[in-house]
Amino acid sequence: MDIQFTEEQELLRNSVQRLLKDEYDFDARRRIVVSEDGWSRTHWKKFADMGLLAAPFAEEFGGFGEGALATMIVMQEFGRRLVVEPFFETVVLAGGLIEAEGTDAQRREHLTGIAAGESIWALAWAEPGARYDLNNVSTTARRSGDHYILSGAKAAVIGAPWADRLIVSARTSGDRRDRQGVSLFIVDRQSAGLHLQSFKTIDGRRAAEITMKDVQVPAAALLGGEGEGAAILEACRDRAIGALCAEAVGAMSELNSATLDYAKTRKQFGVALGTFQVLQHRMVDMFIAHQEAVSLTQHLTLTLASKDSGTTKLASGAKTKVGYAARFIGEQAIQLHGGMGMSDELVVGHYFKRIGAIDIQFGDSAFHLMRFAHTN
Amino acid sequence: MELNLSREDAAFRDEVRSFIAANYPAEMRVPNPETDLSKEQSLLWHRILHKKGWIAPLWPKEFGGPGWSLTQRFIWEQETSRAGTLPPLAFSVTMVGPVIYTYGSEAQRQKFLPRILSGDDWWCQGYSEPGSGSDLASVRTKAVRDGDHYIVNGHKTWTTLAQHADWIFCLVRTDPSAKPQAGISFLLIDMKTPGVTVRPIITIDGSHEVNDVFLEDVRVPVENLIGDENKGWTYAKFLLGNERTSMAGIGRSTRYLRRLKDIVSAEVPEDDPAFGEFVRDIARIELDVLALEATELRVVAQMSRGIDPGPAASLFKIRGTEIFQRITDLTHRAMGNYGLALREHPAGGNVFMPGPDYGHTAAEKYLNSRKLSIYGGSNEIQRNIIAKAVLGL
Repeated sequence: MDIQFTEEQELLRNSVQRLLKDEYDFDARRRIVVSEDGWSRTHWKKFADMGLLAAPFAEEFGGFGEGALATMIVMQEFGRRLVVEPFFETVVLAGGLIEAEGTDAQRREHLTGIAAGESIWALAWAEPGARYDLNNVSTTARRSGDHYILSGAKAAVIGAPWADRLIVSARTSGDRRDRQGVSLFIVDRQSAGLHLQSFKTIDGRRAAEITMKDVQVPAAALLGGEGEGAAILEACRDRAIGALCAEAVGAMSELNSATLDYAKTRKQFGVALGTFQVLQHRMVDMFIAHQEAVSLTQHLTLTLASKDSGTTKLASGAKTKVGYAARFIGEQAIQLHGGMGMSDELVVGHYFKRIGAIDIQFGDSAFHLMRFAHTN
Repeated sequence: MELNLSREDAAFRDEVRSFIAANYPAEMRVPNPETDLSKEQSLLWHRILHKKGWIAPLWPKEFGGPGWSLTQRFIWEQETSRAGTLPPLAFSVTMVGPVIYTYGSEAQRQKFLPRILSGDDWWCQGYSEPGSGSDLASVRTKAVRDGDHYIVNGHKTWTTLAQHADWIFCLVRTDPSAKPQAGISFLLIDMKTPGVTVRPIITIDGSHEVNDVFLEDVRVPVENLIGDENKGWTYAKFLLGNERTSMAGIGRSTRYLRRLKDIVSAEVPEDDPAFGEFVRDIARIELDVLALEATELRVVAQMSRGIDPGPAASLFKIRGTEIFQRITDLTHRAMGNYGLALREHPAGGNVFMPGPDYGHTAAEKYLNSRKLSIYGGSNEIQRNIIAKAVLGL
């Protein structure tokens, strides 16, 4: 079950690799991360020009029609270069939701904008105190004539400070933790009554706490059926996990090769580190962990692409396995680099922090392990 | 776990507890004392302890120690780490001080010891060099004799809090032709000497704890040599022995474990899928702490009967650091989505952090604690020591 890329897929991968090699080395990334905005519109435009921002979409929206496979290819390369631009938030999360659930008008309007690199999106699903529970929504959306009025708080929304538009989950009926009654809305980030408090994330991105007080959106901003948001978000989470796993796999492969290089060249007690058996075995375990992560990521990607049933359980399984693998590889990569691994100047720590964040996003390994156990 | 204390020792424990409660400066209770305090703030407690005569529990009375028994020292260690007081600067009090009173000249004792006790001199450690790692004997910094001075050239790294330091104690190579361990000397260098440059190293948690220290044609008076030329390795090993005894960190782990439990109760509802995982993981750590504490008490009891604990320090270092890393990992996980946020340094800036206060340092502590299994002789090295010295492998 090793994925053999088609010619088009190989082309996509090569072109992403080439662009990132030329324009997104570690120094370039560092400059982007410490810049005032914290991301690069210039690079975003280049992604758009290459067609990356539509890659997973159907051909009618400018994509390759490759869905989860295209996402995997792009995310894996982005993981290898630690790209901070919000491809995941804009294309995978928002684009995926709009393509799957949007009306024709919504798709026409928004997917074109995303593909052209004209609009940045973020998905506001989490709430303070709700941890990883998609149903746990206290934010309310009240119908009022041709509008909905949204009020409530959203937590740790990654990419929100960069976004033009948000997709917000809010309760149109039911009690706080009911699966039914959650709805999704497209909300302009500049809306009156919507307030952001921005902060920096562990992996060099920006996120925000969002409060909404009587934010008015037109009825046409409803995305998907009213009250069906939780099920829609669950499918979105499965796609998200596929993308995050691919990104983690890319980061892990770089960590492993950097560690291996270091072990071969760095001398201690007069010999290369790699000659110590205890470290050899550690690196073998890192290699195995990566291989397993690659396998489950590919398995999940193919399942997502074929829209088979059982995706949710597999997604939780992959998130768990990849999460543990990533933490293990990250921690050991630092350990084997010794003091150097602790330095902010070395790329190793930055991979470690990104995969630490990936483990948290959409639920950590402990959460998904139990979900894997309890899902049929 | 409590020791079976005699009436006198119990009274001592009560005295220590109430002294800490009454005197520990509120100003030092910041989110992360290791990174958030200014030099002056972090010396506040040091100065209070100095006044009380308790600053250097390990030192003999003649040099300014309190003259405590082994049990009293252990009580002190337990009570201060339980209370979460910032330990006095280890490089000064625990490390270089004992080297100076054990191997230094009378003039060196008189010059340096009082200023270490009072906190007037801040010391840092010039051991590690780029490329040396846990192999300390690979020192390349050179000291060449020139009349009444040594001319020192080299590069020290991972130098903790060198940005505050008045003095640095350095391992330097004085005999390049001898075997690695034989040609090393132990030299005390005034940080204000021309040619000494400190460059910050920012670590992955964003903090500035460690530095590069560059030494370029630094002229050091010969009277700053400790003991004999080329015998520095003996003094360095003596010092490392002191460094490793205190790494079990039971008090700290107990404190952070209690905090972790509070955070889990507040953040992870019982019907969260991962709740059971947290309960199980916490119980395991609690057992690990209990077992390590019991081991430490056993070793203390052996020592007070005059038995050499051998490489017990390596065991404490391995388990102590693994336990603490695990606690910081779980605390970070317990914060859920808020584990994504990382405080900006230098701290104290008015920067927004999301989520409850108790989670604001979760990410940085998880990241920062990765260093524990690396420094002070990596845990791999500690295992080698046990394999060789205990198991005879």
